[in-house]
Amino acid sequence: MILDGKCPTGPIEKTWDKHRFDLKLVNPANKRKYSIIMVGTGLAGGAAAASLGELGYNVMAFCYQDSPRRAHSIAAQGGINAAKNYPNDGDSIYRLFYDTIKGGDFRAREADVWRLAQVSNNIIDQCVAQGVPFARDYAGYLDNRSFGGAQVSRTFFARGQTGQQLLLGAYSALSRQIKLGTVKMYNRREMLDLVVVDGVAKGITCRNLVTGELESYAADAVCLATGGYVNVFYLSTNAMGCSVTANWKAHKKGAFFANPCYTQIHPTCIPQAGDYQSKLTLMSESLRNDGRCWVPKKKEDCGKHPNEVAEEDRDYYLERKYPSFGNLAPRDIASRAAKEQCDDGRGVGPGGRGVYLDFSTSIKRVGADTIKERYGNLFEMYEKITDEDAYKRPMRMYPAPHYSMGGLWVDYNLMSNIPGLFVLGEANFSVHGANRLGASALMQGLADGYFVIPNTIAGYLATVKPTNGQTDNPEFKKSVEDVQSAQKKLLGINGKKTVSEFMRELGGLMWENCGMARSKESLETNLKKIPALREEFWKNVKVTGTGTEFNQDLENAGRTADFLEFAELMCRDALHRNESCGGHFRVEYQDEGEAQRDDANYCYVGAWEFKGDNKEPELHKEPLKFENVHLAVRSYK
Amino acid sequence: MTLNLIVWRQKGPNAPGKFETYTAKGITEHHSFLEMLDVVNEDLIKSGKEPIQFDHDCREGICGMCSQVINGMPHGGQERTTVCQLHMRKFKDGDTIYIEPWRATAFPLVRDLVVDREALDKIVQAGGYTSCHTGGVADGNAILIPKPAADEAMDAAECIGCGACVAGCPNSAAMLFTGAKVSQLAILPQGKAEAAERVTNMVNAMKDCGFGNCTNHYECQAACPKGINVKFIARMNREYLKSLF
Ligand SMILES: Cc1cc2nc3c(=O)[nH]c(=O)nc-3n(C[C@H](O)[C@H](O)[C@H](O)COP(=O)(O)OP(=O)(O)OC[C@H]3O[C@@H](n4cnc5c(N)ncnc54)[C@H](O)[C@@H]3O)c2cc1C
Ligand code: SF4
Ligand code: FES
Repeated sequence: MILDGKCPTGPIEKTWDKHRFDLKLVNPANKRKYSIIMVGTGLAGGAAAASLGELGYNVMAFCYQDSPRRAHSIAAQGGINAAKNYPNDGDSIYRLFYDTIKGGDFRAREADVWRLAQVSNNIIDQCVAQGVPFARDYAGYLDNRSFGGAQVSRTFFARGQTGQQLLLGAYSALSRQIKLGTVKMYNRREMLDLVVVDGVAKGITCRNLVTGELESYAADAVCLATGGYVNVFYLSTNAMGCSVTANWKAHKKGAFFANPCYTQIHPTCIPQAGDYQSKLTLMSESLRNDGRCWVPKKKEDCGKHPNEVAEEDRDYYLERKYPSFGNLAPRDIASRAAKEQCDDGRGVGPGGRGVYLDFSTSIKRVGADTIKERYGNLFEMYEKITDEDAYKRPMRMYPAPHYSMGGLWVDYNLMSNIPGLFVLGEANFSVHGANRLGASALMQGLADGYFVIPNTIAGYLATVKPTNGQTDNPEFKKSVEDVQSAQKKLLGINGKKTVSEFMRELGGLMWENCGMARSKESLETNLKKIPALREEFWKNVKVTGTGTEFNQDLENAGRTADFLEFAELMCRDALHRNESCGGHFRVEYQDEGEAQRDDANYCYVGAWEFKGDNKEPELHKEPLKFENVHLAVRSYK
Repeated sequence: MTLNLIVWRQKGPNAPGKFETYTAKGITEHHSFLEMLDVVNEDLIKSGKEPIQFDHDCREGICGMCSQVINGMPHGGQERTTVCQLHMRKFKDGDTIYIEPWRATAFPLVRDLVVDREALDKIVQAGGYTSCHTGGVADGNAILIPKPAADEAMDAAECIGCGACVAGCPNSAAMLFTGAKVSQLAILPQGKAEAAERVTNMVNAMKDCGFGNCTNHYECQAACPKGINVKFIARMNREYLKSLF
């Protein structure tokens, strides 16, 4: 099947404005007759729930944490992009659009990316109005810094806590609507199924994580803003609760999963220290503004204290390989370059899996105080985890799974192929292509939430009759029964291995064989091992407690079960794409270490349709057209 | 190292609670406190017992979800550190460690170390925002904010809403939390228009939720993992007084 992204045509600069004008409206008096389910209250979901509530719709918002303010978005450190050109360094909407398309290795839709660049400026204004304390200069103007993949300073930031401040902005707008009664907030609820009635999304089944009760909710549209799935690698920079569950359950109900193999490996994370470790900690990419990456030129220097390695014996490999972008090369490139150095035996720290990120040159240039003001909390965090002082000794870094560019397939209106099911933020596949540039996920979440969905959802709602929250359709009951029986099964196995053991094993397979570098062979290995592991899981997992109580072991078991199914799809997608692009690096397709894309055969979005348990999914394609940015080899040299 | 843990176990809000003793074995100095508990939980699960339930998510010290009183101190008492960022190098082989949930009337217990902190959301819902609409706002640079003001607002905005200040306070007051939010918005020009109404509503919400009042013990500041300064409580009091005139 050839998928249609329903992108508006005509001059790219006019696409969003024209589309907005063409969309149907719901008149204000009718809005309150419609209800919308928003699963997730991160940047995308929080912003959307607040904005839709404000417009007059009845919104029900859900999150698995105890408060919407704790969504994973809160962890974003570095910043958010916008094409304001405040620093007068030549930025424009067009340039942001161009950088994003190129950065994504020509695997994103032009119209969607244009819209993102266009509304980026409104996002900053919106957040300032909410009281987000962005960094300012002494004259009182907003301050900017740079991020990987761009040669202009377009990143707005709030110390090293940009995501937190943006989320608190959205959360405060959401809180206002909760108080006004337009949004009803359901904390500690996990969506465990999508309810589809006659092919249309009409509701969800949730587990109340406190009581264990299964609850049905019905609405006229369901939005998923449930974040990303890189916890499939077990160790990642994501929060512990991040899962693929909501997306996967929707996928099993018919929603296409697009580009699952595109995952971002972030170049600057604190290297893993032991086997007990539960997560990896990211150090913001903005550090690469002032930190220089190097490894010793000679293998025998790797064990030395870094300050004892002479200047001429250091290999500043990014500056050497990519002179025009240097330390600000995009993430996929910087990650692979770091891995290359370590594979070459010149890595530092435990197991040789680390490179240095060195601030000494900048400290000499601008002083330790300035560096402290820019990144102080990151240095503190680094010290807590490693017990090392990065003002005195370079940080050690290694790439780690960080972000999912793939997600549920959506059209230009953010609607999936299931009518009434919308997908926002990291949960959809839309704007990053095969690689996300720094500081653009926050931008996407807020663009989708504040400025896209409030427009596009009206176009859909105007065509349907309000359901009045009725959950009496038999599909609701069936969905609850299905969830219940899956839980009963999990609780009844009473095997020998814990949920974490399975998750660690799966993560190991994924990192080894479907991580920073993949090959036909490694992926085929996984396609054999994952089903076997899944089978073992359903025979040998041990889940304690009961379903009718607060039970974190059961929560984890459910998420792991979904990862075990999803992982196979991810490998399948990686296997079918015989090319290297962005975060998808197939070792067979490279040219002197640089990724080799194959536009003749793979310039499309790959969207998978679920065909039943243990059946091969079907691939659908949405061809990508590049009319404004011409397909070219992506070079940062 | 091997550690002796004495952990509060309670099935639900109305169930009786008690301390249970567990041994944590094979812990290294690189384990975080929560990773140490993961190890204990794996052992419990394997021996068919129910694992210790505790809240956590980011494990980076920013989401505010983790909440444990360790040896009598919220977040374990290491300066500016959440439980998830507390590392076992701060403990010695053979140590006995007491682990309890946040305790405050406004934070009903859910299970074991998990409590319900929705009251903090209620305080924000009462007025912790600027009433701007999505879209239709001025250009970001149309409001000039001097750097010192932006920095001070940011100092206040760093609060992660964990509630350690409440747990540490002998009166279970939420004034550090509320003071931080009130101050952030009072310092910024965008927040000024509603300042009086905001502080009144938020202070009333604190009372309604069952939090106590500040009597200057400074325990909140000591417990706060983000170093939120008690000067923001003073600022809130000043804003509150101003709102009366
Ligand atoms: C450490 C770190 C640093 C980062 N730094 C940056 C940065 O500097 N700049 C940048 O642009 N991006 C950054 N990112 C990426 C960015 O933060 C995320 O991509 C983005 O915040 C995702 O937002 P979201 O709203 O789509 O999802 P999330 O914030 O993940 O929100 C997901 C929501 O869905 C809910 N949820 C999930 N599943 C369920 C379910 N089954 N049932 C109910 N609720 C559910 C959760 O409770 C949560 O509310 C960073 C990411 C990390 C991990
Ligand atoms: S003021 Fe400090 S202790 Fe209190 S909620 Fe905020 S961060 Fe936590
Ligand atoms: S788990 Fe997020 S602050 Fe500790």
